[in-house]
Amino acid sequence: MPMTCDWENSVLKQSIENLGNSALQGVRRIGFAARFFVAVLLHSGTAFRRFGLTIREMYFTGVLSLIIILVSGLFVGMVLGLQGYETLQTYGAEEALGVLVALSLVRELGPVVAALLFASRAGSAITAEIGLMKATEQLSAMEMMAVDPIARVVAPRFWAGVISMPLLAALFSAMGIFGGYLVGVQLIGVDEGAFWSQMKSAVDLERDILNGVIKSVVFGVAITTIALFEGYDAPPTAEGVSGATTRTVVASSLAVLALDFVLTAFMFRGLN
Amino acid sequence: MHNDNLVEIENVEFGYGDRPVLKGINLTARRGQVIAIMGSSGCGKTTLLRLIGGQIKPGRGTVRVAGESLGELDQAGLYRLRRKMGMLFQFGALFTDISVFDNVAFQLREHTDLPEDAIRDLVLMKLHAVGLRGASQLMPAELSGGMARRVALARAIALEPMLVMYDEPFAGLDPISLGITGNLIRRLTDTLGLTSLVVTHDVQESLKIVDYIYFVSEGVIVAEGTAAEIRASDLPYVHQFVHGEADGPVPFHYPAPSYADDLRLGKQRA
Repeated sequence: MPMTCDWENSVLKQSIENLGNSALQGVRRIGFAARFFVAVLLHSGTAFRRFGLTIREMYFTGVLSLIIILVSGLFVGMVLGLQGYETLQTYGAEEALGVLVALSLVRELGPVVAALLFASRAGSAITAEIGLMKATEQLSAMEMMAVDPIARVVAPRFWAGVISMPLLAALFSAMGIFGGYLVGVQLIGVDEGAFWSQMKSAVDLERDILNGVIKSVVFGVAITTIALFEGYDAPPTAEGVSGATTRTVVASSLAVLALDFVLTAFMFRGLN
Repeated sequence: MHNDNLVEIENVEFGYGDRPVLKGINLTARRGQVIAIMGSSGCGKTTLLRLIGGQIKPGRGTVRVAGESLGELDQAGLYRLRRKMGMLFQFGALFTDISVFDNVAFQLREHTDLPEDAIRDLVLMKLHAVGLRGASQLMPAELSGGMARRVALARAIALEPMLVMYDEPFAGLDPISLGITGNLIRRLTDTLGLTSLVVTHDVQESLKIVDYIYFVSEGVIVAEGTAAEIRASDLPYVHQFVHGEADGPVPFHYPAPSYADDLRLGKQRA
């Protein structure tokens, strides 16, 4: 009996220790990520002084994400057009289709879906690239050449992501509205004048568009920080980099959805 | 400090977590010499290079390069000193997204205000010195392992450093590339007046080109001497290493319980 008791005790103790270690590890990583974020901000001078470095990264994170963003935006808008018309015609309000499509996109779907796509397309690529640079000692080589990798490699990618994200979200929304127009006006036959004029009168620059832009900037900061940190912190092995890439997509997607709720609560609380 | 000594390591101890790697190392590298640091895998050779490069700091002891104690330098001071150092990583560590030319030009563009014409000439001269001027427009992915290391060597000497460190420069090379790399290390050291620190376990190639050798085992220097002294050494560790014997002071078997016990021979099976 005492042996069984010891065994149970040791397993229980081990489980509690593992749980505690995991929690400590998680808190420690959040602390490292916060310090990393501050370091990136403090070393951002190079990203602006030599803006060509940031432009180059904007090509990789922004321009190369255009296809997935534009095509997805078009289809999301088309689906919104179909579903919106289906619901609105029940109440005889199909002319408000433009409002529904535009508000859905600029307030929520544009920033959120574009951010999720950005996390999968550009975030994972950033993590893999930085992780492989670490695994192949390119970052160490840069340090040994007296060049700070945070300033030279990380900061330009960070600002490229932060600048690209709202532009991609805006393009996503624009393509979505075009998709909604194609389906609603061209395919189903909603009145074109009503579609555009109701949209124009209902969408507010500050309340809707600016808030959408603020959301996408916040998402851009969150995604690129997570992607860069995961790459920089990745164990320098093949499985380490693959694990970091997966964590980037999962963590940044969850961060986008959680931040969206918080931002929406602050931005639209009490609005009719 | 002796004026002739570019690198001086005194009583350096270092460990990763609770695992000690270096346990009181003393080593000097005289200017203009090629120094080899040898030892079996995992004995702390690369750690020693990282200490000299200031990438890690010793738990105890001092590391001095050109008279400056690395432990007392802030990041700006360390970066200033690193501009006088070059490092050749084991697999070159070339930046894979830029060409051979841009790799070699990297430090010149980062640390000097030279016009692009002058950078072009300097880069081509460095590439010519390693025999790869014709490969200047290739991407790193198009190079063989030996070529990548020669490009990395051209990059390491781009700013004409006083010290170049080589981490396993001979690993995985064919005999021709091995000979080329060895000769380059010797020739560049002599012609550019460098000091070279070579971490390697390639005994035969190293003995041809080095001036002095340190053997590291279990975190301490177990032997040192010139190539001739090492060849003639009858120390068991050096003998095993130089002649590539499977068993000796460095055992073939990783520490384990008794073989018979592990196979449960002579014991009642549960």
